[in-house]
Amino acid sequence: MLLEIVSITLVFAAIVVLAWPLGKYIAAVYAGERHWSDRVFGPLERLSFRLSGIDPSREMTWQEHLRTLLTINVVWFFWSMFVLMNQGWLPWNPDGNPSMTPDLAFNTTASFIVNCNLQHYSGESGLSYFSQIFAIMFFQFVSAGTGMAAGAVVFNAMRQRTAAQLGNFYDYFLKSCTRILLPVSFVATLVLIAEGTPMNLFEGKDTVTTLQGDTVQVSRGPAAAMIAIKQAGTNGGGYFGVNSAHPLENPTALTNAVENILILLIPIAFIFALGFYLKNRRLARVIFGAMTLGFLMILAVTIWSEFQGNPNLNRMGISQTEGSMEGKEVRLGAGFSALWAISTTATSNGSVNAMHDSFTPLGGAMQLLDMMINALYGGVGVGFLNFYIFIILSAFIGGLMVGRTPELLGKKVEAREMKIAMLVALLHPFLILVGTAIAAWLSASGNPMAANWLNNPGYHGFSEMLYEFTSASANNGSGFEGLADNNPFWNISTGIVLLLSRYLPIIGPVAIAGLMAAKKTIPESAGTLRSDSATFGILILTVIFILAALAFFPALALGPLAEHFSF
Amino acid sequence: MKQNLVPALRLTLVTLVIFSGLYTLVLWAAAQALPTHGLGERIERSEGGYFYANIGQVFTEERYFWSRPSAVDYNAAGSGGSNKGPTNPDYLATVQARIDTFLAHHPGVRRADIPADLVTASGSGLDPNISPQAALVQAARVAGARGLEVSRVEALVRQNTEPRLFGIFGKEKINVLRLNLALDAMK
Repeated sequence: MLLEIVSITLVFAAIVVLAWPLGKYIAAVYAGERHWSDRVFGPLERLSFRLSGIDPSREMTWQEHLRTLLTINVVWFFWSMFVLMNQGWLPWNPDGNPSMTPDLAFNTTASFIVNCNLQHYSGESGLSYFSQIFAIMFFQFVSAGTGMAAGAVVFNAMRQRTAAQLGNFYDYFLKSCTRILLPVSFVATLVLIAEGTPMNLFEGKDTVTTLQGDTVQVSRGPAAAMIAIKQAGTNGGGYFGVNSAHPLENPTALTNAVENILILLIPIAFIFALGFYLKNRRLARVIFGAMTLGFLMILAVTIWSEFQGNPNLNRMGISQTEGSMEGKEVRLGAGFSALWAISTTATSNGSVNAMHDSFTPLGGAMQLLDMMINALYGGVGVGFLNFYIFIILSAFIGGLMVGRTPELLGKKVEAREMKIAMLVALLHPFLILVGTAIAAWLSASGNPMAANWLNNPGYHGFSEMLYEFTSASANNGSGFEGLADNNPFWNISTGIVLLLSRYLPIIGPVAIAGLMAAKKTIPESAGTLRSDSATFGILILTVIFILAALAFFPALALGPLAEHFSF
Repeated sequence: MKQNLVPALRLTLVTLVIFSGLYTLVLWAAAQALPTHGLGERIERSEGGYFYANIGQVFTEERYFWSRPSAVDYNAAGSGGSNKGPTNPDYLATVQARIDTFLAHHPGVRRADIPADLVTASGSGLDPNISPQAALVQAARVAGARGLEVSRVEALVRQNTEPRLFGIFGKEKINVLRLNLALDAMK
């Protein structure tokens, strides 16, 4: 266990060391400064804009940003629905997989357009190669780029000046894809291929005779291309059904380290980027410190719990020195499975390298808590937007405590901004708890529709339903996969939750930031609650935990905590 | 909305070409230059054909080391874990039955010597590895079925134990297929 903790610490340190220069680079990209990357990517971007008839230098207000963002997302929605519902006859389908039903296509489209990966299908049998690359992987670039562009708009709005013009959406979006996501994923993909991840375009399933003479099939395809971008863009959608637990998707300790680094890399770099962009590194350090403190606490509990193993197996007298191994892979072990589980739920990534359904109850509770908070690093771009809501709430509460009009970075926070922030903050528990309540009621009342939903009885069965709605509302995508979720109830209900919990938390923070940007800057005084102080960092973390505890503790008590105490 | 629609459509087409089309093709071309050629790691068989080194296989015969339990019987047409929760009574009964079966096939082995990975299903259902302890505990049975000395089989297990990456990352592990191939190659 000690060796695991040392190696986990090294991986986390590597992420922070890589995220610092990347953050500086991201800030330079969004600031539009002259940069060496212009020479590399500039020609491709200029050609793209010319072909699209877009002037990337036209400045937009926050309302124009949102209109542009939503319009292009609507286009992608229809493209994806068309591809998924017709993949059976569309080209590039060597395994002959069938087209999706309308409800499954809706769920899959809603999931990936919001940069989530709530996959109610298995890649091997549920998608053609065409759908994998031209729907799923396409979204892994563009929906990540959308979130990052929204983050960049808020960055721009947070600069201390009075302005209505906040940059060009298409410019932020395309540069996020070409200059940040593309190079990072390209390099990582080469490592994956070298380590044994398939990247073949034409051949379908392979047939192999085993050493004992049985005949089995092996799924393959252009997997490596997706896997790096699924991690770098915090989408998480796996090529194969079991995601990065699959020995072709994540074959070695090296690929596991690379993929885990990618999960956290851009979310953390984004915070550093804020510091460089605003020329306020103290603020970035406060935000990073608060997030990291929360993250490490949750991680520590998970690692401890997984290394305890399953008490029920201990009673059978076997050796569990390596921790709980149900649903885990031997090459990765309990420690790196725990690190991954907390990385993926903290960043709304959603890829897994072990089955979350089989984690110890406390491990499962920490995964849920991570997604219920949904702002410890968070998904690329949008993670910062979620945290921004907590910053506004903390500025308000802090302002009340010192008896002044709340302000943030020299701008007053007033009733209108607070109303928006509260609505966004309450949306998340509302969607999770109402959704879970309906599902639990259907299940408990013996509704025939719910007869075969659950893979586990009792508290754990409740956790399966709670996890599904939490994952959908956090745009995470991981699951307690024992839940039978490919049916109209889960496809449609979680699809709606996904859409609401993506677009409202983008619209809200962009609107707040836009409204605040238009206000006059007020000078700092002795009574100002400085947002770049350690006090403020602790205040934010406290607000986060109080909100999460108040909203979600009863649900956690009914599910994983009750299961833990029933050992 | 309307004045945004045409640029949005055109940019969608352009980004499809770049990120789905060109990106995939360039990576595929790059894969051809790498040692695996993008086909995964293979083990060529002397009698023709090949295995996938990273896809585990079912072993039931006494003369082979056995893999971990699998929810998909190691058929890599799909993949999957058991998704059983740690307090599920059916699951606990399954594990108990696996322990009993294992003990019946391995007289002399104590319960406390059975490592958890040997009686729990992996996440993928395709796990190619077992822990060194899980191999050593099977050594006497394999040696008996092949008429070999136990010490020779144990030595083979140690030879086939893959170390951690740089001595710290990941786990010490054994590729069951490679170990069984090495057994077959033994004189």
